[in-house]
Amino acid sequence: MRHIISILIENESGALSRVAGLFSARGYNIESLTVAPTQDESLSRMTLVTLGSDEVIEQITKQLNKLIDVVKLIDITAHEHIQRELMLVKVLSVDNAARQEVMRLVDIFRGRTIDVSPTTFVIEVTGEKSKLDAFLGSLESGSIIEVVRSGVTGVMRGERGLTL
Amino acid sequence: MELSGAEIVIQCLKEEGVEFLFGYPGGAVLHIYDALFQQDAVKHILVRHEQGATHAADGYARATGKPGVVLVTSGPGATNAVTGIATAYMDSIPLVVITGQVPLPVIGSDAFQEVDTVGITRPCVKHNFLVKDVTRLAETMKKAFYIATTGRPGPVVVDIPKDVTDPNRKIPFEYPKTVSLRSYNPQVRGHRWQIKKAVDMLLGAKRPMIYSGGGVVLGNASAALTRFARLLGFPVTQTLMGLGAFPSTDPRFVGMLGMHGTYEANMAMHACDVLIAIGARFDDRVTGKIKEFCPHARIIHIDIDPASISKTVRVDIPIVGEITPVLDEMCEIINSGDIKPDTIDRSGWWEQIRQWRGLDCLHYDRNSERIKPQFVIEQLYEVTGGNAYVTSDVGQHQMWAAQFYKFDLPRRWINSGGLGTMGFGLPAALGVKLAFPEADVACVTGEASIQMCIQELATLLQYRAPVKIINLNNGYMGMVRQWQEFIYESRYSHSYLETLPDFRKLAEAYGHVGMQIKTPADVRPALEEAFRLRDRTVFMDFITDPAENVYPMIEAGKAHNEMRMAPGVSDTRELA
Repeated sequence: MRHIISILIENESGALSRVAGLFSARGYNIESLTVAPTQDESLSRMTLVTLGSDEVIEQITKQLNKLIDVVKLIDITAHEHIQRELMLVKVLSVDNAARQEVMRLVDIFRGRTIDVSPTTFVIEVTGEKSKLDAFLGSLESGSIIEVVRSGVTGVMRGERGLTL
Repeated sequence: MELSGAEIVIQCLKEEGVEFLFGYPGGAVLHIYDALFQQDAVKHILVRHEQGATHAADGYARATGKPGVVLVTSGPGATNAVTGIATAYMDSIPLVVITGQVPLPVIGSDAFQEVDTVGITRPCVKHNFLVKDVTRLAETMKKAFYIATTGRPGPVVVDIPKDVTDPNRKIPFEYPKTVSLRSYNPQVRGHRWQIKKAVDMLLGAKRPMIYSGGGVVLGNASAALTRFARLLGFPVTQTLMGLGAFPSTDPRFVGMLGMHGTYEANMAMHACDVLIAIGARFDDRVTGKIKEFCPHARIIHIDIDPASISKTVRVDIPIVGEITPVLDEMCEIINSGDIKPDTIDRSGWWEQIRQWRGLDCLHYDRNSERIKPQFVIEQLYEVTGGNAYVTSDVGQHQMWAAQFYKFDLPRRWINSGGLGTMGFGLPAALGVKLAFPEADVACVTGEASIQMCIQELATLLQYRAPVKIINLNNGYMGMVRQWQEFIYESRYSHSYLETLPDFRKLAEAYGHVGMQIKTPADVRPALEEAFRLRDRTVFMDFITDPAENVYPMIEAGKAHNEMRMAPGVSDTRELA
């Protein structure tokens, strides 16, 4: 099963490689990994998407907790939660009809056009993984120049948060 | 007090009460070596190879319970130390390894003797640090000792760039009294409700087993384990790492378990209905085939490390905590409860164990004209009165030492169980002997293993640390040969050491006493003479039967009740 693990980790050099190294050394899957500092500059927040049986996920959370730099973590998929991913897509689109069609899709998916040239668009779409996949699927396949996805981030619903 | 970075390193070691620093100098640590030269509180032990430094510090740590401390230079100094660091990591041994690093401005430029030490050691340390600022050096050293020695212990590397130890830059020094790490709080107390549930399960057991491991030794919980096991009167088996935590001569002890465990221990594991694992980690060499591990048992597991629980075998009652308080609390609950340990009659279980024991699974040919390695260990046990510190290398000799030397005390059996590092035994013996100069220290080794760190013979002489080396010389990498015999139809691919040195002369060349022993009748006199020579290191080269194998054996992927028995041992087991 797919799990989203949110981690608060010391904002120290090498902290990211401890997490990444743990996953490769123990043969765990990483679907995506995002990391950035939090409002508390001494901490980074990491969101890690992984696949595994309940036993594997239990080991992953225990092994992560064992890393000295990991302050706190939670498997947000075990709770009511919201997940989002940001995607930038550069589309080649020359003739008028095709450009109209791209604009229509952006509208349907509540995306934004953030850069335009005579032959291209850069489109920003945010949402769950499945929505981004669906957007890519609806574009004419030959028209995509590049796709950049941020990886998944997420938070729990309600008052509960991953804080110190 | 104003100190330079180099002086801070040494001052921190003094503050930590470090007696011995095992090391080898080199460019990146010369400032530190200069500071070391100007004091005499910390005694430096100059090894002949950095691997030897880490193993010696490790042996010291295993025997004393105190952290072993190492100082090596950057690049090859650090990489040579890695095997020893990994050895300590696998067996949860507290080490603080200080490595020199190239100066900060040239890090990342492929400078002379530069290697990414923090990167290389990351997977085999409990934690590591790169100290980029001299003002953080003392605090980092304090953290290193704290992390290495608390919770589940382990090695910590402190990588220090040369310019951080600059003798010309002095800063105010104060050693922190306490250390607080918000991200590291080793949990210590077991959960009370879990402990109660475990006691109920234990008292209701018809065929109970106690399976104890290295964590009991590391946690100094030997006395608590012994009280607990004797109160319950349950059979006890111990892992390779746990030997000595419960007295081997106690009638409740059924021997080591696992791949080369006793018949009675493995059969009892297979048949038991309640298993309590204490400071053990269900290693593959212990469990055999996971699917058929203790198929009839409900399992209780006490461990300081939550990640050890249900890692390979699902357990029914996990208890995360320090062992002594948990076991003491269990004893208290038992003593104050209505159900006594003997309320359930377990005489049938003990009768079954007695029958398994009757098989004499460690039997070997005592009438052989060749020296049997088992015989040497038995004689070693008798000559030393069971009181020696015994280090070992890795292979058949290690298993025979574990099977035939009956350890009654913890921290006497010093071996590389997890990583299985050949070359460990001799430097480890050095560390033990320095810690306990009055004790008998024996290194049980083989002609293959001993050659992997033989250069430390010189260190033994330099520091007047006389140990007795029991070299079980069968000309083969014996354990490899044994597997090739059993699994590869006796195709002995590159396991025979055709050209061996004359170990007697070699020992003499290093300034020690060398002996060669070829017949069984000479074994005992040689050992007696060696231990009489209290001030000398004696290298005893026993020429043993090359065809001897370690039995019983559970081949990889087989279950506890599928042991291969020694020739002549009639196996009348009924599959439980």
